[in-house]
Amino acid sequence: MAEGEPAAERTRSSRRVARVLGRGFALHLKMMMRSSFDGLLGVLWPLFFATIAFLMFRAGAGGESLVFASFGAAVMGIWSSTSTSAGSAMQRERWHGTLELLVSAPVHFATVLLPVTVAMSAMGLYSMVATLLISRFAFGVDLPFEHPVAFGFAVVATVVSIGAMGFLLAVSFVRYRTAWALGNLLEYPVWLIAGFLVPLTLLPGWVRPISWLLAPTWGVDAIRDAASGSSAWPEIALALGLGAVYLTIGIAVLETVLASARRAGSLALA
Amino acid sequence: MTSLRIFFVGGLISFRALFSFLRPEVYIPSMLVAPIFQILLFVYIGRSAGLESDEFFVIGNAVQYAAIPCLFAMTFTIGGERFQHTLGYILVSPAPRLPLFLGRALPVVANGFFVAAFSLVVGGLIVGIHVPASSYAPLALATLICAFSCTGLGLTGAGIGLLMREQAVLANIMFGVLLIFTGANVPVDALPGWMQSVSNVLPFTHGIEAAREVADGASLADVSDLLAIEVGLGLAYGAFGYLFIRGAERLSLRHATLDRA
Repeated sequence: MAEGEPAAERTRSSRRVARVLGRGFALHLKMMMRSSFDGLLGVLWPLFFATIAFLMFRAGAGGESLVFASFGAAVMGIWSSTSTSAGSAMQRERWHGTLELLVSAPVHFATVLLPVTVAMSAMGLYSMVATLLISRFAFGVDLPFEHPVAFGFAVVATVVSIGAMGFLLAVSFVRYRTAWALGNLLEYPVWLIAGFLVPLTLLPGWVRPISWLLAPTWGVDAIRDAASGSSAWPEIALALGLGAVYLTIGIAVLETVLASARRAGSLALA
Repeated sequence: MTSLRIFFVGGLISFRALFSFLRPEVYIPSMLVAPIFQILLFVYIGRSAGLESDEFFVIGNAVQYAAIPCLFAMTFTIGGERFQHTLGYILVSPAPRLPLFLGRALPVVANGFFVAAFSLVVGGLIVGIHVPASSYAPLALATLICAFSCTGLGLTGAGIGLLMREQAVLANIMFGVLLIFTGANVPVDALPGWMQSVSNVLPFTHGIEAAREVADGASLADVSDLLAIEVGLGLAYGAFGYLFIRGAERLSLRHATLDRA
């Protein structure tokens, strides 16, 4: 009986964490779906750029490059909805006056913040679907879906790993009062460096190691490979692995930031 | 004299009051660094698609980026006053409306021009385009006129802002439409016919075309018709925006909806 108690406690604790993650994800997804900035604009904004890319590739190279651009443009929305909002995720709680309550809750603060940023990246799925529909029906791109199961896993891995990247941004920018400006700034560079619309071989050589450190690079590669019939599992594993690394670093940064804020009594300040 | 003071001094004070958040830590990433990345993004997409030259994308995106300060700032001239609960005081003041609203546009045009010119110079240096020295002045004029015409469209956005809650969403949508339709990245003649019709009545289309021509060595006289159309569009949008604001002002006073949307 005495040996069973720690195991039972661990199970209860795991369930509690899973519940916080699940409920937090659902709650924030609902909140964002009712916001015209996160909802309507979250769909339209990447669509503007996707439309330009389609028009450019149609007027230029055409053919296979349109398929390449379609899947890349589809993932742009996942990154956009994360980068513009995640940087200021903790700042927003601070403005709402809820940051202290959330930090003092009897669960690790990371379990409160992570579902927020994953919900942000999940909002990008709207844009992803809209972009694929537009490329198929407005631009007549014949999109392959050779491995639908791998494609589904690749999409989930992309959303989760980008959400983890958003988590890292959220905790890294917490001392920066205008974190939203930095979050906005990261939108275009990642679109470019992760190879959403431009093959990495076209970029300068020194950019490539940076792109390898970005989960979206492997996410979009996995989606393209799954769609075209190649094996996407190595890229899926890399995207998820990088997501785990972001999460680990993010938790370490969060611990440091919270410890510092508690010592200085400055949690509500930035 | 009073009207001139409201136009120049009032416009400047309102800009400083409403945009006090534009400190270097916001201004530099949003207004100076972001356009460079937009330029690089489209330069590389252009190379990948085998479409047009680097110069085409540098000029198109640098000039078009004036839309960010112009659209957002003009829209925020109304939204910001409402947010700060000062809109009512302004609209009950006996100040003549024309200098009151247009005066707010002057610093916005100047800022839009600076952002576009900075992007053009820095983006051009990074990508390595060559523009002859004789083209600098006409290129600057074309950029200034584009900032002016887009501010006219922004004034229309400010009027619509009196009727709706999400002005940031509106400004973002207007920016996206301008990016697609004005030929900043896709040559206007490569657009479908209906899109070409729309692009002809939007700010930037003629100004960007003029800017590209002068960068290629055309004289100011060669592009005077394009710049005249761009000025005309700016005046038309500005006049429409001003009338829209007056109409929305009367509507909101009649229904006591000034502070609501």
